[in-house]
Amino acid sequence: MPKPRTYQTEAIIIKKTKLGEAGRILTLYTPHLGKIQAVAKGVRRPRSKMAGHLELLTHSQIALARGRNIDTITGTQTINGFLPLKSDLELSACALYATELVNQFAADDVEDYPVFQLLLVTLQRLSQRENSDLVLRYFELQLLNAVGYRPQLEQCVACRKPLKETTNAFCPGAGGMLCSSCRPTQPFAYPLSWEAQKALRLLQGGDYESVSRMTLTPELSHQLEVVIRNYIRYLLERDLKSAAWLDALKAQSGQANLSPTAPT
Amino acid sequence: MNSEIPPAAGAVDRLIQELNRLPGVGPKSAQRLAYHLLRASDEQTKMLADAILSVKQKTKLCSTCFNITDTDPCPICRNQQRDLTKVCVVEQPQDILALEHTKSYNGLYHVLHGAISPTEGIGTNDIRINELMERLKGSSVTEVILATNPTLEGEQTAMYLNKLITPLGIRVTRLARGLPFGTELEYADDVTLTRAIEGRQEF
Repeated sequence: MPKPRTYQTEAIIIKKTKLGEAGRILTLYTPHLGKIQAVAKGVRRPRSKMAGHLELLTHSQIALARGRNIDTITGTQTINGFLPLKSDLELSACALYATELVNQFAADDVEDYPVFQLLLVTLQRLSQRENSDLVLRYFELQLLNAVGYRPQLEQCVACRKPLKETTNAFCPGAGGMLCSSCRPTQPFAYPLSWEAQKALRLLQGGDYESVSRMTLTPELSHQLEVVIRNYIRYLLERDLKSAAWLDALKAQSGQANLSPTAPT
Repeated sequence: MNSEIPPAAGAVDRLIQELNRLPGVGPKSAQRLAYHLLRASDEQTKMLADAILSVKQKTKLCSTCFNITDTDPCPICRNQQRDLTKVCVVEQPQDILALEHTKSYNGLYHVLHGAISPTEGIGTNDIRINELMERLKGSSVTEVILATNPTLEGEQTAMYLNKLITPLGIRVTRLARGLPFGTELEYADDVTLTRAIEGRQEF
């Protein structure tokens, strides 16, 4: 059966680039079509009826018409504009970081409903002004679970023995924790306190209720951010552009005077 | 399909390639333009070539507002008739043209040459924010009008600038965001409508 010429989908707008005089190419994350690209014609004109519904970080209902190379957006209606994200500098930085992460990990045209759901609730939680550090750490670990890079936190990745309740080492290259006796076998691994390991396990567990009740000291929060950031950098083999902006804002507001650095 | 056709003469080929690099000019348009120029009079082509060369050689950025200009400072910054206490911050030089066209603003400008865009890696040091702050310190400016685009990037830039400028004791305003003239309410998005309601005015 031939595919219908037009179709509708929900989508979160995760990236946009300019096209020609007044158009844009948008990257959309959809529940059942995965990551798709589409052309939105004329949305850079002030009188465009679609522009406001197709801004970054918007959850919209979108109608598309199939094209030879790329589909064209024909109509759109906002489901949730996430206004709080757009009127707060730090929150929009957090949300952009989340969408960039999804964009980097997702392949084109591969359905992944859990990832869509995860991104959607993450944007909702951020716009409800929940603790943005916790929301982002939870998002990162859940995303890693969903895309198949779940780090091994329960046992040593080398000797397979359960980890002792002490400082162990996290090794991005091995995809998980190393116990103290296996640690010397790997050059790039850095120590992680038992506290941090427990926090990571809880975040990985997927129970947001308990995660939201967690209280992190600034040091622990920073330690978690660094370890996850470095693991993601290892997986993607590049730095996330929006992470640099997030760090710059944080450094300015004085929440963290230490910026995440690479392991030595 | 037409790979059998021999390529055009070297010079024409080169022109097609150069034209093809311009925004909005595809291979076919480039070809059409190139053959048009080939047939045009010597005088016409010379004028075009001169215009292209002088646009690079004779224009520079105004050292005060970073608008594109032939003379430094630019005619707007030099004009004593203008209101020196207001600075309007825009993303690109073309925005000045749009604002000047309205004839409803008589202050000065500052061109950022971009907007903060975390996902494209454009940060605060990639656009002319430091220059703006230098300019404002110890100046007679009493109001900064943030006229960045009402997109996510423009909003972020505006919020960031607001944070930097407010401590200097300068009034910071933002262009109103609401419904454009000639549109229908039915098609307005939530963000625009919310702001239009918030920013409603006495009739």
